Amino acid sequence: MPESVAGLVLIPLTWAGLAFALGPGRGGRAALAGLVVQGGLALQLAMAVNDRRSAHVAAGGWDAPLGIELAVDGLSATMLLLTQLIGLSLVIYARAYFGAADPERRYFWPLVGLLIAGLNALFITAGLAAVGLVGAGGEAQRVGAALRYLFATLLGSAFYLLGVALMYGAYGTVSFSSLAPLLTAEMSVAVLMAGGLMLAGLMIKSALLPFHGWLPPAHGSASTPVSALLSALVVKAAFYLILRLWLDLFAAQAAPLAWLPALLGACAVLWGSWRAITAVRLKMLVAYSTVAQLGYLFLVFPLLAGAAAMQAVVMQIVAHGLAKAAMFAAAGVLVSASRQDRVAGLQGMAHHLPLTIAAFALAGVTLMGLPPSAGFLAKWLLIQSAFAAGQWGIVAVVLAGGLLAAVYVFRVLRQALMEAPTARPISPVPRTLEWVAFALAGASVLLGFRAGDLLGLLTPGVPG
Amino acid sequence: MSEWLPLAVLASSLLPGIAIFLLHEDSVRVRSSLNVFGACTKLLLVGILLAGVRAGQDYEVRYAVLPGVDLALKADALGLLFITLSAVLWLFTTLYAIGYLENAPHRSRFFGFFSLCVTATMGIAMAANLFTFFVFYELLTLSTFPLVVHRGTAKAVRGGTIYLAYTLVGGTVLLAGIMWLHNLLGHTEFARGGITAGLSADHVPQLKIIFVLLIAGVGVKAAIVPLHGWLPQAMVAPAPVSALLHAVAVVKAGAFGVVRVVYEVFGAEFSESLGLLTPLAIAAALTILWGSLRALGQNDLKKRLAYSTVSQVSYITLGVALFGPVGTIGGLVHLVHQGLMKVTLFFCAGNFAETLGVHKVSELDGGGRRMPLTAVAFTIAALGMMGAPLTAGAVSKEWLIAGAIEADLQWAVWVLWASSLLNAAYFLPILWRLWARRAPNAWPDERIAARHWQETHWLLLLPPLATALATLGAGLFADHPLSPLSWAQLIAGQEYPGRASP
Repeated sequence: MPESVAGLVLIPLTWAGLAFALGPGRGGRAALAGLVVQGGLALQLAMAVNDRRSAHVAAGGWDAPLGIELAVDGLSATMLLLTQLIGLSLVIYARAYFGAADPERRYFWPLVGLLIAGLNALFITAGLAAVGLVGAGGEAQRVGAALRYLFATLLGSAFYLLGVALMYGAYGTVSFSSLAPLLTAEMSVAVLMAGGLMLAGLMIKSALLPFHGWLPPAHGSASTPVSALLSALVVKAAFYLILRLWLDLFAAQAAPLAWLPALLGACAVLWGSWRAITAVRLKMLVAYSTVAQLGYLFLVFPLLAGAAAMQAVVMQIVAHGLAKAAMFAAAGVLVSASRQDRVAGLQGMAHHLPLTIAAFALAGVTLMGLPPSAGFLAKWLLIQSAFAAGQWGIVAVVLAGGLLAAVYVFRVLRQALMEAPTARPISPVPRTLEWVAFALAGASVLLGFRAGDLLGLLTPGVPG
Repeated sequence: MSEWLPLAVLASSLLPGIAIFLLHEDSVRVRSSLNVFGACTKLLLVGILLAGVRAGQDYEVRYAVLPGVDLALKADALGLLFITLSAVLWLFTTLYAIGYLENAPHRSRFFGFFSLCVTATMGIAMAANLFTFFVFYELLTLSTFPLVVHRGTAKAVRGGTIYLAYTLVGGTVLLAGIMWLHNLLGHTEFARGGITAGLSADHVPQLKIIFVLLIAGVGVKAAIVPLHGWLPQAMVAPAPVSALLHAVAVVKAGAFGVVRVVYEVFGAEFSESLGLLTPLAIAAALTILWGSLRALGQNDLKKRLAYSTVSQVSYITLGVALFGPVGTIGGLVHLVHQGLMKVTLFFCAGNFAETLGVHKVSELDGGGRRMPLTAVAFTIAALGMMGAPLTAGAVSKEWLIAGAIEADLQWAVWVLWASSLLNAAYFLPILWRLWARRAPNAWPDERIAARHWQETHWLLLLPPLATALATLGAGLFADHPLSPLSWAQLIAGQEYPGRASP
């Protein structure tokens, strides 16, 4: 599979360059075409993984242990598919979203191309060399123009980089497969510090409580397609790396500390939901919901001994990715149509924009973890693993998190279903925006019926 | 064997529902045709199912959602009791709603969600395990919410919020119980005689907690006191919603859940041996009395009916909690009988409100002269609720009292008698006002003028007359082999195989 693996990085780089040279109009078309091809490649790769379980590829002319080793397994194939799918939807969305005179439009396409190339590269790299790529989210900050976001990503990357340097200093390699056997022996303080630094850096980047402060303002204030990309994909990339490090490198050393990310995750679920419940602005509500939903992912660390925990992680990543992209897309429509950003200003929207409200509601069903959505199955698997491990606290947090999510989702729906006291002007919105939001939300619900295909990619589990 | 039939029963309301969502607001004829076509198709399919199940045929369909977790539907005698009731009443309520909502806004949304609710109800009735039950149980919650807040007023939204708060918390508690049970057993398939009896004795304390979680979870929708607070608040919904959903589908989904949990998860014998049935009977008895007492004080007609529902639905729970086949028959037959009677009462309440603008009991004076047919239907149903002879209600009460005697629970007999008296105390004054008092000079808001025999729109008139007739029919022909009573006897024979029902 070397061609498809390389293609997933090269194609977005190509259309990013093209878009920069050709300008936004044709650049958008290039992005669209490129993403269609990438989607095909990712699908092909997933099918190959399904048959052979994993594909190891050497790329870049350097072999392991010094070079960049590429590997695709069930987890990374899923991440790749999700990235291309959401990328494609949001590119369609963005083409309709940015007006012809929008200054953001000029740099949007090249930056999105770089971002997607970076994410893809991250998911196929089987080693710490992802260091050069973990800055992937960095492009988005120029679009998002949020200083706090820049600071958080740079700090996170710096921590991570420092950790990688220490590891390289100690062992002279950065490949997972070469490092893993070395790490089972007695480890020096420097290596433990390296592990700690890398994990801390990634926790900042994945906005785990108490490092979450940068996320809501950054995601809440960026333009809608960027918010959606950041919330649905970029934060997951950092989590993906944490999971890789945890499982592939530090499994033995980290196991006794598993309660720590779980505890922080539980706090994130409760605190993030609470902030979403009290948020005044619609996009802040959606952004705080991301903090809460990422918390679920960290709950699995004490449960990783059971097979269902990994399945729960994948379901939650995919369900939340689709639903959050849908919810931001819907929020973007509501904000542009009502020309304001307050939750309280949404009265009567179910009448004006029924499709968008339906999209918001379906995405909400997934976030609340109600059946038959993929989010429900993620929750089911998570609770099942927690019961099996006797972790009652996690059961309680997951159940409570669902109820809190219902509070903030229905906060929006209640307003939308209320009759507006006075007729307010509603700006026309391109139908494409509404349909993209609806399609993403529908996918997050209907995926619940095809969970077997997705989870089939995971067996026999993550190698390592 | 026949896999498609349960699916077709779901599809006959799901597909029209989805189509209706896409319709333009003004395509009244297409929408009405779709509705009626769906309802008639469903009735036909249910008829085929009934014949098949009587002949001993199995209908089951499964779909693996996760490893070891199946979405599974089956049509058995117990499920069909609920399905038939809902399918018949869906047709009448659809006709009623078409008349009721003529020229009202957001009709596509209304009928779309209405169809989804019916689909969810069918799924609840056919669920073959707790997982599937939960899926449709939550779907029912979600699809009812837009109907409760349909009018979009602040009051409606408040009622809807209270409804959601109760039902979503109930759903979460139910999920906790289901997952716990799943953890112990590895599955949650319903089976006659229960599935938990095989667990070792050290699991008994856990099983007791699970029983409480499951019953509390379904008890919210069954409006068991103190979990009933949502029901009177949900009466802000339009009349067809109150009639079908809050008198039949939603509360019955809860009561039906109690039946499944007691008979097919824990098993009647095992529940009894754990000492769980008596507390359940006490909770039901308290609900019966409390609901009736609160109904006495309500001047708003729909709220009085709502508290009456709180009380009457717990007859079903009481019947289930009375260990023995006779009580079971009483509870199950009341599931159907209460549905027929209560839907009639809500149709009539809607007619008074829509035609004359009468919402309060105190405004009903002389209503029988202005709207004789509606008032006759109301009278039949109200007498049925009191358990008057010749009505369906009499059959229910007779079997329930016999069941209480069989189970040797003398206090339950007293509760049932006291409830009948209370029923009379809150229904007879209404009948008195309807028939014996003089009409006022002007009604509060007369919107539909009388023409010949049509005291109101004919679509509003026919459904309550039909269900009132059914109330009489179920009472008069209780011994007929196709009556609800005969069907309840068939189910009780299956749940208590060792003990022939008298």
